[in-house]
Amino acid sequence: MSRNGSYTASELLAVMSCRLLKDGQTVFAGVGIPLLAATLAQRLHAPGLTILFEGGVLGPFVVAGELPPSTNEQRCTRRANMLLTITDVLLLLQRGYVDVGFMGGAQIDCHGNLNSSFIGDPAKPKIRLPGTGGGNDIASLAQMIVAMKHEKRRFVEKVDFITSPGFLDGDTSRRDSGLVAGGMYRVVTDLAVLGFDDKSKRMKVLALHPGVVGRSVQDNTGFDLGIGSDVPATEPPSERELRALRELDPDRLYIA
Amino acid sequence: MIKSYAQLRAETAARDRSLREKVMSLEDAAALVQDGDHVAIGGCTVSRTPIAMLWALIRARKQDLEISRSITSTEGDLLFASGASRHIQTSWFSQGIVWGVSKVMRHYTESKQARFEEWSHMSMGLRYRAGAMGIPFMPMRSMMGSDVAGQLADIKPFDCPFTGEKLLLVPALNPDVALIHVQRCDAYGNAQIDGLQFMDGDIAMAAKRVILTTERIVSNDQIRRAPDHTKIPFIAVDAVVEVPYGCAPHECYGLYEPFFTHLDYYAEITTRDAAGGVREYLDRYYYAPKNWAAYLELLGLDNILSAARRGRSIYDV
Repeated sequence: MSRNGSYTASELLAVMSCRLLKDGQTVFAGVGIPLLAATLAQRLHAPGLTILFEGGVLGPFVVAGELPPSTNEQRCTRRANMLLTITDVLLLLQRGYVDVGFMGGAQIDCHGNLNSSFIGDPAKPKIRLPGTGGGNDIASLAQMIVAMKHEKRRFVEKVDFITSPGFLDGDTSRRDSGLVAGGMYRVVTDLAVLGFDDKSKRMKVLALHPGVVGRSVQDNTGFDLGIGSDVPATEPPSERELRALRELDPDRLYIA
Repeated sequence: MIKSYAQLRAETAARDRSLREKVMSLEDAAALVQDGDHVAIGGCTVSRTPIAMLWALIRARKQDLEISRSITSTEGDLLFASGASRHIQTSWFSQGIVWGVSKVMRHYTESKQARFEEWSHMSMGLRYRAGAMGIPFMPMRSMMGSDVAGQLADIKPFDCPFTGEKLLLVPALNPDVALIHVQRCDAYGNAQIDGLQFMDGDIAMAAKRVILTTERIVSNDQIRRAPDHTKIPFIAVDAVVEVPYGCAPHECYGLYEPFFTHLDYYAEITTRDAAGGVREYLDRYYYAPKNWAAYLELLGLDNILSAARRGRSIYDV
């Protein structure tokens, strides 16, 4: 992983996405950066953040240095308020108990649709990826934050396969398909924070990370972002944020 | 693919549901599984996977099993590579995120030698639950609009007869056999499951037969002292096999964590050469050992002790 100043791209992703989580919220977090960022938020500004893991965990407080390798592993259950079945924890999404769904992504398009199933033609794929897991359910039912590396091959006009729905074809198409709740809220990358136009539901840049110029975000994106000249910059990760993050993941399982 | 309700009832009626001892060997339990059966696997990813029972099925050279599981890890690779299965229904299939995308899964699915039928995680759960409830389908609100739904033949869009809302119907799963590993059960099959339950309760009640493997067999008196801890009742269970470390190298909650060194080794040999590496692994760990104890010896005492020390530490705080 290339270092950008005094922190890695993964560390930047974790800190920037962590800042979007608010105290008192309930967040359904996937494995990897989301798990790490949600756990970091509990230690920084959101001690009352309720985390859900798809293995069947409600309200845990993961131990520093013992990050779970999956959201179904026993380390996810540390200091949890409740363990429930997979089906029942996912049904909390459908019932409306989840403020934020938070996951990573392999490929995303201009309407926030995520692909984690196939690279290339699904009938004859170049790469068969591991698939949805709970991703489709989370993205179908909750307001979403996605954390992912900003690369041209990952940010495409149209994904090869919609594993987890964003705004589908934009405008009202998501709602028209029967997905009446949730939708994409923010995409956090190692270059920028992005959101979506209220009406067209196309992705747009909201803020640039320290030292990043608009042109480099556009150069790493496979569709037109229409970046203006007045995009604000994010605050760089603080020493406090980075120290807490590195204490959580001393083995660099997720922040390598 | 949905069983008729008459057949479902008839199958349950035909089972011996009396309070009787069902303890047997791994080999005898494997004989309860027929080629072509739909086998549902309990646990999730690398957690409480009934590895010992799958090990016995692969050694018994089972063929054409239809597999379903919430999330599939290394056991899916081994089922494909051994020829025990060519079709797995699951929501996610790879060794685990920290090991990258499984080269074995890719090898078998991209070459069309085997099929990974992708359902959302919640849809798998609701299908087992429908099966456990004795109803043919479940309505749900996810998957609509996605290509995951677009690839599935056995789902139906549906307008709610009460509200007119768009819903999706997913078909019940009633497996022929459920394989579930638990921390303890009695000789009749009353099972206590500590920690994460995954989909195991629904899978057990949906299935035609249930094979339990257990870390240890306890007395029926012990079960009756805390009946609220019983997660699967004896009336649904057909076989009980005592297999210590029966999930190794996967995890069993509160007893042992994943055997990380071994799983790193597995990732390494299958990344280098998917087909050759997995065959070498099967020969060495599945076909060669004379029994389960010999398999555990191959995993190594240091790895077992490390996994057990980490596993038990969950109760330290």
